[in-house]
Amino acid sequence: MSILINEKTRLLVQGITGGEGSFHTRQCIEYGTRVVAGVTPGKGGSDVSGVPVFNTVEAAVEKTGADASIIFVPATFAADAILEAADAGIPLVVCITEGIPISDMVVVHNYLKGKQTRLIGPNCPGLISPGKCKVGIMAGEIHLPGNVGVVSRSGTLTYETVAQLTGLGIGQSTCVGIGGDPMPGSTFVDILEMFQEDKDTRAIVLIGEIGGTAEQEAARFIKEKMTKPVVAFVAGATAPPGRRMGHAGAIISGSSGTAGDKMAALAAAGATIAPNPAEIGLTMKKML
Amino acid sequence: MKIHEYQAKALLSEFSIPIPTGAVATTPAEAKNIAAELGGKVVIKAQVYAGGRGKAGGIKVAKTPEEAEKLAGQILGTRLITHQTTPEGVPVGKVLVEKAVNIERELYLSIIVAAANHMPVMMASEAGGMDIEEVARVSPEKILLEYIDRAAGFQAFQGRKLAYGMNLNPAQVRAGTSLMTNLYRLFQVKDCSLAEINPLVVTADGEIMALDAKLNFDDNALFRHSDIEQLHDAEQEDPLEARANELGIKNYVKMDGNIGCLVNGAGLAMAVMDIITHAGGRPANFLDIGTVNDVSRVVNAFKIFTTDPSVKAILVNIFGGMARVDTIARGIAEAHKQMDINLPLVVRLAGTNADEGKSILAESGIEFIEATDFYDAAYKAVQAAKGSYK
Repeated sequence: MSILINEKTRLLVQGITGGEGSFHTRQCIEYGTRVVAGVTPGKGGSDVSGVPVFNTVEAAVEKTGADASIIFVPATFAADAILEAADAGIPLVVCITEGIPISDMVVVHNYLKGKQTRLIGPNCPGLISPGKCKVGIMAGEIHLPGNVGVVSRSGTLTYETVAQLTGLGIGQSTCVGIGGDPMPGSTFVDILEMFQEDKDTRAIVLIGEIGGTAEQEAARFIKEKMTKPVVAFVAGATAPPGRRMGHAGAIISGSSGTAGDKMAALAAAGATIAPNPAEIGLTMKKML
Repeated sequence: MKIHEYQAKALLSEFSIPIPTGAVATTPAEAKNIAAELGGKVVIKAQVYAGGRGKAGGIKVAKTPEEAEKLAGQILGTRLITHQTTPEGVPVGKVLVEKAVNIERELYLSIIVAAANHMPVMMASEAGGMDIEEVARVSPEKILLEYIDRAAGFQAFQGRKLAYGMNLNPAQVRAGTSLMTNLYRLFQVKDCSLAEINPLVVTADGEIMALDAKLNFDDNALFRHSDIEQLHDAEQEDPLEARANELGIKNYVKMDGNIGCLVNGAGLAMAVMDIITHAGGRPANFLDIGTVNDVSRVVNAFKIFTTDPSVKAILVNIFGGMARVDTIARGIAEAHKQMDINLPLVVRLAGTNADEGKSILAESGIEFIEATDFYDAAYKAVQAAKGSYK
């Protein structure tokens, strides 16, 4: 088992004809993902690596039965792309695009309320269920099928963590990048809940960052609801306060946003804290 | 993005929010003329991207135009050091000269997007004129909140709740509610990330006006606000950060150490700084090169390293995903071709197209220290910065 995606997932790529869209479509297909359709307005009728391209998501879903979408549309139009996927009833929408205005995300969250669509991202690497399906931009070959779930706010730090796990022979059930923006479609708590339910996930790695309170909310959930072990790390202990560190979410405002506070909250909830980012894998190995 | 107080007030005024009468001066003579025109007592306020100006001597009161000239002369051209700036402070190139206001009450009003609720929230408090974070800590009951529904917008009843909550009298409630509605309109139309009026004052005549104003804008939305983007004052930034911004490297923050870091991804970049510290060193900067697969951007990152005198070693840590390692490697090679770089270079490459990247570097003939993993990279960079790596 795995969460959110598996070998049956039928993927649609929004923005499939762009440079990133076409490159990562090929990478997903090579990994074994069933990419069934692409959408680029005005390019309907063409194909990318054998994948049929449609003008609208609605038409693509009708013709191909796509049940997940990955978005590579530029930030200016990305919110519109998310809404179009939700309108077509796609249950899982993964938005890779970074730099979406926060006011656009207010509209997106408002629109998704009460709908069946789950959004992952934006500003995220996507997700992968190793050996089964990749809906993201991560390098597939660093992953290994197994029983550890990974959830992270950072893309490349997730790759780093996965490489450590795989190097130690620890496989992953699903790795989910929830993204670095302040208002992600799915939170740590949403994903932890799924890992807790998933029979094949035995333990979880959680990678947080400075800024916001998502890690504190995760800590509360871990304390109250989780029975599976969690290894955690929060990046940005050396970041100066009040500064924006690349991710829009990674800004320290008030004491609850610091790495120290977050790690303390997670530790108090029963998570095991990795002493530094190079020992996340090792910390998990000791626990298993 | 931040803007100056005088620019924020001009925007408030455009959205029908009352502000004190005044104008901006760049010389003491201009300040004198403005003060003479305004007549009576004036306030001279240093225009910098930092709070805490009052305590730092950046706000002064003048009774005559001559005194205004003298006081403006004491502030203009200096660097103001407040609790929010670096020890070097920020340059004062302009002062705002305003007619002094007779203050009866000082209130607080602001709007931000409450990320956890996915909607904007208006905050109001009777405890204006002081640090609102301190108010929140000491007496949270003094802060009133109204969440704003995206579809409905800010409603008059919400304005009344906040206005009565701040104990405004019935005549002021109407003015206050309309001011709040206008502030939300400004926040919305201009894609603000923060709109703050502190203090919002009630004058002796019973008028409500914005005595100070702070507007921050969502960087991600600047593409649709060229009018706002051009208000940016690069002089207020760290010179290296301003240079990075000019070169198209948006995610650069100057730090106090000596290891120049080039990393892809903000989380990994922060983790690299953490691990350098863990290995006994200090980063010279935070730099997330981003996901654009562009050789010139890598070259530009090296331009910053060579401009920064504190950099004693360079650490490149790339885990390719969206960013392709081969492009980064080409950038490193190109940078060494274009510039004479005499700094030890530690490189760790992994992820998408990593092998190709490694062979590009090997063939380029440049001298570098190869690192096998994340910790190894940080350790070698710390040694290299000490000059002790052999």
